[in-house]
Amino acid sequence: MNKALKIVVLAKQVPDTRNVGRDAMTPEGSVNRAALPAIFNPEDLNALEVALRLKDECVGSTVHILTMGPLRAADIIRDAMFRGADGGYLLTDRKFAGSDTLATSYALSCALRQIGADLIVAGRQAIDGDTAQVGPQVAGWLGLPQVTYAEEIEQIKDSSLVIRRRLEHGIEVVESPLPAVITVCSTAAEVRPQNARLILKYKYAATRSELIGDNESLRAEMVAERDYLNIVEFSASDVECDESQLGQAGSPTKVKMVEDVVFQAKESKVLTASDADIEGLMVELMASHTLG
Amino acid sequence: MNNIFVYIETEDGAIAEVSLELLTKGRQLATQLGVELEAALLGHNVAGMERELAAYGADVVWVADDEIFAPYRTLPHASVLSGLLKAEQPQIVLFGATSVGRDLAPRVSAALRTGLTADCTQLEIGPHTDEASGKEYENILYQIGPAFGGNVIATIITPDHRPQMATVREGVMRKELVEKAAAGQVKSIDWKSYLSPADMAVTIIDRQIDERKIDITGANIIVAGGYGMGSKKGFNLCYELAEVLGGEVGATRAATDAGWAEHERMIGQTGITVRPKLYIACGISGQLQHTAGMDSSATIISINSDANAPIHKIADYAIVGKVEEVIPKMIKYYKQNSK
Repeated sequence: MNKALKIVVLAKQVPDTRNVGRDAMTPEGSVNRAALPAIFNPEDLNALEVALRLKDECVGSTVHILTMGPLRAADIIRDAMFRGADGGYLLTDRKFAGSDTLATSYALSCALRQIGADLIVAGRQAIDGDTAQVGPQVAGWLGLPQVTYAEEIEQIKDSSLVIRRRLEHGIEVVESPLPAVITVCSTAAEVRPQNARLILKYKYAATRSELIGDNESLRAEMVAERDYLNIVEFSASDVECDESQLGQAGSPTKVKMVEDVVFQAKESKVLTASDADIEGLMVELMASHTLG
Repeated sequence: MNNIFVYIETEDGAIAEVSLELLTKGRQLATQLGVELEAALLGHNVAGMERELAAYGADVVWVADDEIFAPYRTLPHASVLSGLLKAEQPQIVLFGATSVGRDLAPRVSAALRTGLTADCTQLEIGPHTDEASGKEYENILYQIGPAFGGNVIATIITPDHRPQMATVREGVMRKELVEKAAAGQVKSIDWKSYLSPADMAVTIIDRQIDERKIDITGANIIVAGGYGMGSKKGFNLCYELAEVLGGEVGATRAATDAGWAEHERMIGQTGITVRPKLYIACGISGQLQHTAGMDSSATIISINSDANAPIHKIADYAIVGKVEEVIPKMIKYYKQNSK
């Protein structure tokens, strides 16, 4: 029988940058970020599935989400609970605002020290940044081994995991001792759907801030009675950390300038499919040595 | 001290293309700053590679040669590279945005407590004034690249921490032999002093790396097809045109997902970046996801029956017409006039 594992999944709520429709475009051709829906970062869902499968295999294991973000990011913790996670931690504080990947990973690593975990699983990267940095940086802060681009846990051993990695041009199978940080890529198994029984069980789950001014409600009563509905909320002072390393002040990188990507009209020559147009084009391209 | 470092990636005894591309860019920046360009080469049986690295502009090649460094594993590379960088204190360190570089660079940035910018498409040197404090900086590295899912282009800087670190995708920079290569001074990394037993914790059990069969990043002419090709059969027109013109075939994500072209041909945000002499976009609407990977092509021809398709706006020649009509005519008139 496999040993029970305490697993923490790092997840992020992100704007859906993949499907920028016409309604999210400004007349100038740039993206209106506020118009994009907030979603569970896709590869973090793959990470959650890896964690839930380990929980299935190792009786007594627990899976908790750790996310840093605004209060509404508690939505993804509930979403994960509806799929089989046991609970979660929301790291939320204005002091975290403006964090780059190094400051974010520092804050997460402080929370992880507090929580304690045998295994930390994260999505390879978030679609709003595509940096793939936070996972390895968390491992770096904690001094743990990291296995990136993980696709599947092939074998669970007493104090190690055998993990298949998906690289650009092939696969690699590695064995890593625990505790470790694993980042999971999109070719891993898809996350299981929400479960009706779990939705009923966890739909009232809330953080303390979500219950403020809500004392009389059914939800407040439920959370007070049932500890498993309590989503733990951490502020900067709740986790032991050096506050100078948080937020904008703790971020080595600064954004100097942001330009919207705009479809710039070149001096296009507009042609038709007529024989004269196409022959003219081919002759012109050959004359300029673009062709041939 | 305060030089520029490039992390050199190797696979099966060969230097990765992206490392040579970074040396070319690093050479430019080093010359502009009046500093030296140094390469960090961690691998096994790498003797002789310093000549190639020097040919692409490296003044100094730092070498750690041992079987523990090949194949690549995170911890030995991260500990030794972090140790070397702490000792040498470069101002800039560049990595390829490969599965190795994207695994290693963030780990090193955490060890050095410095910033890292992913997937830069441009690197430039320039001044900076901090608006809040009024503090002025000279010769800062502008780390420029797409952000927010490719919907904006951001210029990131690391004003107060060193080194300034960035990753760059393969194919984004051009590699170029230098005219008068330096001799390529080889220095040994004192790697044993940077390693601890814990760095050996992860072991590789199996590894199956394919020879890259398809590689269109170096092609001068690319004929790319999108969902507008209609079907796998329709998509074959792209192959016909590419063959006649001596080019390679590329594809959008939609065409790749539909199974009309191999994954290696996917161009764009989630695929590869190309910059051929001539790019022919067939049945492609021109979403940012795709254009991010091809918009620096020298000449762009777009073929789309929708006159309002965004692709026409970035094209040098916008052909408003059906692909099944236009492509056979292009083949016909190319053959007729090339005789």
